[in-house]
This record gives sequence, C-alpha cells and structure tokens, in this order.
Amino acid sequence: MSEHLKTNNALIKWIDHRLPVFSMMNETMIDYPAPKNLNYWWNFGSLAGFALVVMIVTGIVLAMQYTAHVDYAFNSVERIMRDVNGGWLIRYIHMNMASFFFIVVFIHMFRGLYYGSYKAPREILWMLGVVILLLMMATAFMGYVLPWGQMSFWGATVITNLFSAIPVFGEAIVVWLWGGFSVDNPTLNRFFALHYLLPFVIVGVVVVHLWALHRFGSNNPLGIEANGQQDKIPFHPYYTVKDAFGVGVFLLAFSGFLFFAPNFLGHPDNYIPANPLVTPAHIVPEWYFLPFYAILRSIPDKLLGVVAMFASIGILFILPWLDRSPVRSAKFRPVYKWFFWLFFANCILLGWVGQEAAEGLPLILGRLATAWYFIHFLVVLPLLGVMERPKPLPVSISEPVLSGGGGLAAAAAKPMEKA
Amino acid sequence: MKKFVLTAAAAAVTLGLGIGAASAAEALKAPSKTWSFSGVFGTYDQAQLQRGYQVYKQVCSSCHGMDLIAFRNLADLGYNEDELKAIAAEYEVTDGPDEFGDMFDRPARLSDYFPSPFANAQAAAAANGGAAPPDLSLVAKARVGGPDYLYALLTGYEDDVSEEVLQQIFETETHKREVQYAAAMEAYEVRLAKYQEKVKTDPTAKEPAMPEDPGPVESVEDLGLPDTASFNAYFPGYGIAMAPPLSEDIVEYADGTPATLSNLSADVSAFMMWAAEPTMDQRKQMGIKVILFLLVFTGILYAAKRKCWADVH
Repeated sequence: MSEHLKTNNALIKWIDHRLPVFSMMNETMIDYPAPKNLNYWWNFGSLAGFALVVMIVTGIVLAMQYTAHVDYAFNSVERIMRDVNGGWLIRYIHMNMASFFFIVVFIHMFRGLYYGSYKAPREILWMLGVVILLLMMATAFMGYVLPWGQMSFWGATVITNLFSAIPVFGEAIVVWLWGGFSVDNPTLNRFFALHYLLPFVIVGVVVVHLWALHRFGSNNPLGIEANGQQDKIPFHPYYTVKDAFGVGVFLLAFSGFLFFAPNFLGHPDNYIPANPLVTPAHIVPEWYFLPFYAILRSIPDKLLGVVAMFASIGILFILPWLDRSPVRSAKFRPVYKWFFWLFFANCILLGWVGQEAAEGLPLILGRLATAWYFIHFLVVLPLLGVMERPKPLPVSISEPVLSGGGGLAAAAAKPMEKA
Repeated sequence: MKKFVLTAAAAAVTLGLGIGAASAAEALKAPSKTWSFSGVFGTYDQAQLQRGYQVYKQVCSSCHGMDLIAFRNLADLGYNEDELKAIAAEYEVTDGPDEFGDMFDRPARLSDYFPSPFANAQAAAAANGGAAPPDLSLVAKARVGGPDYLYALLTGYEDDVSEEVLQQIFETETHKREVQYAAAMEAYEVRLAKYQEKVKTDPTAKEPAMPEDPGPVESVEDLGLPDTASFNAYFPGYGIAMAPPLSEDIVEYADGTPATLSNLSADVSAFMMWAAEPTMDQRKQMGIKVILFLLVFTGILYAAKRKCWADVH
C-alpha cells in the first residue's frame, strides 16, 4: 500500500506502516485516477458532500441553542435569530443550505440519468444514492417541524397521516409515530432526536457510496470505460481545483439567497407559532417535496396515492434494469435524449402542480404528469432499449478529446460534441 | 379516542389532498412599495423606525403585543441608553416573588420585554369579539407581501382606497358570483328534470328550490360582510375584525413629520419589519462583503483551474 505514498516525513511513515490512513487518503483523494473528460455536471457530487458538511456543522451549533418542547421551540428559534451571537447567520445558512442541498442532489441525479451513470457496473452506486435521497427527505421533513410554526405543525400532521392509509395497522402506526393521539410534544422530541441522528446515517451511506464509486471510478460524458492511463488524470490537482472552483460558484449563488432573500424559499406561515386549532388556508410542503406531493394528490385513492408517491422514488431502485440500452450516455442515444428532457420538464411541471390547489387545470395536468412519470420508466425506457439505434461510440476517451480529426471514431464523435 | 384519531386523520388527509377549498377567500395582491430597506443596499431609516415605534406605542399596543421585543432592542432605532431607560420606565411590569414570596410591580428595565396588553390569549379574545389580535413581533415575515401587505392593509379600508380598487374588487366578486350561480343553475336543471320524471309516479315528490340569483356586487354592502367586520381591500375575504386603527393626526410625531395616513402606515409597517428582522442591515452589509470576496476568490480558483488543466486538453 504505502509504496504509492511519497513522503520523507518519518512520523507519517511510522503511522502509515501501522495504520495506512495516509495511503488511503492518497489513493482516494490524490492519486485516485479519474476520467479526464468530466464536465461541470460532475461537480455536483462533491458539492453535495460540501452541503452535507455545512448542514451538520451548522446543525450541531443550532442544537446547542434549540429547545425541543412545544412551549419553547418557536421562541428558542427566535432567540437564536435575535440574541445568539451570529445566530441569525447560522440559522439562515442551515435553512437555505437545506434547499441548496436538494438542488445539488437533484442536479446530481439528473446528470446520472442523462449520462446513464446507473448502468452496469454502477447499479449499487446508484441505489445507494437513492437511499441517500430517501434519508435526506426524512431528515428535511423532520427538520422543518422543529421551529414549530404553523407549517411545521400542519405539514407534520398531513405527512404522518399518510401512514394511516396502510391497511389494518395504519391507525396504530400513526399513533405510534406521534407518540400520542395527535402531533404533540412527544412527536417534536422524537423528530428532533431523529433529525440529529439521520445526517450521520447519511454520512455512513455516503462513505459506502464513495466506496462503490471508487470500485470502477466515475462514469464520464461519453459513457465509455476509460481505456488505461491515457484516458485518466489524477484526482489531485485536476479535480480538487475544479471542485474548489465549483464550490466558489455554488457559494456565490447561495450567498445571493442567504444574505438578500433568506426567506424566499420558505413559507410565511412558519413565522406564526403552531396552533392546532387554526388550519392554514394552504398547507404546502417545502419546494423540494412538491413533485412528490403532486403525485400523491393526483391519485384520488388515499392508499394508492401514498403508494404512488413512494413508488416514484422506489422505481429509481430498479432503474438499472428498466433501461436495457447498452449505451450509457445520452450523447449517443438520439431518442433517449429527447425523452430525458421531456422527463425533466415533466418533473418541473409536477413541482408547479404541487404548489397549486388540487382542482381544475392543475389537477388534470398533475394526473397526466404523474402518468408520464411512470410511463417514462416502465414503458419508454424498456422500449427504447430495444428500438433505439444508438450512434456509433468513440473508441476511447482520448480520441475525441485530443484529436481534431483523423481517426474514424473521432470523426463520428465530433458532430455530437455540440449537443 | 379511536374515533378522534380517525376524525383527525380524515381531516388532515382531506386537508392534504383537498387543498384549495380555501381559495375562495382571496383578496387583492398588495402593490409593492419602495422602502428605505428595499434592495441589496437598502437599510432601515432610524427616524422612520422611531416614528413607527411611536405609532405602535400610542395606537397598536393597546391591542397588539410584541412579545419578542425587549426595550434594549430599541437601541437599533438610534436611542441612547438614557432615552431607552426613560422609555422603559414608562411601563410597569410584574416581578417577583420577593423575599416574602409576594409579586410586586416595578418600572420596566432595559432587559424587560414589551408588556402584553392582555393577561392571556383568552382575555385578549374576550375583549376583541372572540379573536385575539395577533402578536406583531413577526407579522412582517408571517404574511405574504410582508411590509407591502401591512401598508396596503392599513391604507385599505373603505374610506381610504381609490374608486378604481373598489371597482376592481366588485368586478371580480360579481364574476365569481356569476360563475357560482351558473353552476348552481346547472345543478338545479338536473334536479328539476329528475323531479319532473319522479312526480309522474309519486305526487308527493318535492320540487327542488330554484337557486337565487345573487346579483352583481355594486357596493361594499353587496359583499355581505358580517356586521362586526370592516371592509378592507387587502384582507383575505375583505372583512377584517380590526376597525380602521389609523387616521390623519392620530399621533403627533415628535420630529414634526406630517402624520398623514400614508406616513403613519408606512412608518409603523417599517417598524414591524424591523421587529421581525432586526439583523437585516447587518445581514446585507455582510452579504456585500462576502459576495465581493467570493467573486475574487472564485476568479482566482478559475484561473488556477485553467492553468492546471492547460496541459490536459
């Protein structure tokens, strides 16, 4: 192991011989070979890791000042905003980074969909990512309950009630989740405990996600395996500097919201203390749940609605086996490319429907969009795998990247670069 | 208990799945106004906040509490410590228990929070026709439109809004009623046809009642607001329990600013915005510095990236 580690430091050598932690860091973050043609869409994985760390650090600081009790939670958050030194900054970072974490992860996933990163041999890598998404959603939902505003309370009431749709045991499960007969102090307490726990579970799954990633290395925009060393570059300094630049751009966009519109992505009703006797006119989840909320509401049957909502994420687990095309990248899949963008637009549409009242045009569009969401996975992808004629693949990563002409493969790949 | 859980579950799911029934209570969208604190470089105007505090103290505070604001916080408005102590000392707060176990009243100190106008929520509700006036500490962040909405609301009573605004509301409401009436008539026709069929065999069948044409909305009276409510163009449903609180010269400004309705409303809305977001000035100033730093830092990283990658492409 340690033969790759170049150091003259005797202490490091001594430690590394007994605990090869420096060798491991060297192999995973410095010498780690990555395809040389990764584009900026590959920045979003490291950005997601960055967001996770920011969430955990700010969250731990907030937990030192927060009181998880129905009588004090709302005011303890306001004390953080008003009286704790820098409290407003920490709290606004935590609040807005939650949204940005989802933006980053959604982009990361759409990148995976576009370039076929879920295909063999990276199926488990992809599935671990879906597990991370589910954990993030649970964590975000419980975090939104903690300030104990009107949306916290009513959002918690609506979402926990979804479990009552489970036949026979539904009611009992909901009472068990609440720790009582309504959303109340026991609910708030357990949500706080779990909201503190789950991020560390996410860290654990992220480690396994990276482990699976490093087994075969990153996919790349061409979707072909790297052919030996000429197609690869060491992670450091190439991707460390590129990822650092990505973090800079990300922080610029984030700062725009953080400092100049920190409540833009939130809901005004959550600045009203929770009141079980007054229902808000519109109970709307956070924006990142809207597409899933739209799927839930577009199905008139409660149980089927809940099933469809969970299935919309569950279906991602079997995606590697639904998409039968041997070609990964949409660059070489002329028909899939169009369906990808259609699917993307469909997700945006679902998000819009999710914040509208479930009646009239939004309801109809929501039903169509929900149907399309599942048709895309269950019908379009399996059929495309058989019917689509992919464009010829380049022979290697180096050829289309390096040469301006010449080889057959490069000539074939060149016009597609524009896409 | 089980029944309660079932009902709660049913209610919540109906809420979750059937949102939108509440959209009947719409109101006009508050027009956006230019504030001293608007935009990236906007900051609070201390003189305006002081005037707004005066309006709150002399008018609003008789019904609305501001539980999250302490007298020490008013330093943000530009008062010095002696002035703050004098402001606080005008209030009596209950403290204790003392060494004999008795509660006692004393003048407020800087660390005390604004005293509530009512002993508790029940007392507040009882004194205000059943609905407790909301606390104003966070109201500027707890309403869609924020300070724009508050200003629009305070200047949105019947005598103060323009004829244009009234006409706009009347037209929307008339249209809404026409749509509802048409739907009701359609349903009536169906029921009538059924009745005419049924009455042939069963003479005791009841003839359905014809829906009444609500007619157009041509005046505030036509809106049919409850007697206890005042018309307000910007309040959801147009009927607000709060009677017009402000009027010209209700307050005599210490700095000589004319106490027009517009000034009173703008000043107190700005004050409420400050109360909801006292760290806004600090936040924006920090934001400008952070963004300038990030622009340079990211620029350097980009240059480093370009240089580092020069040999790859």
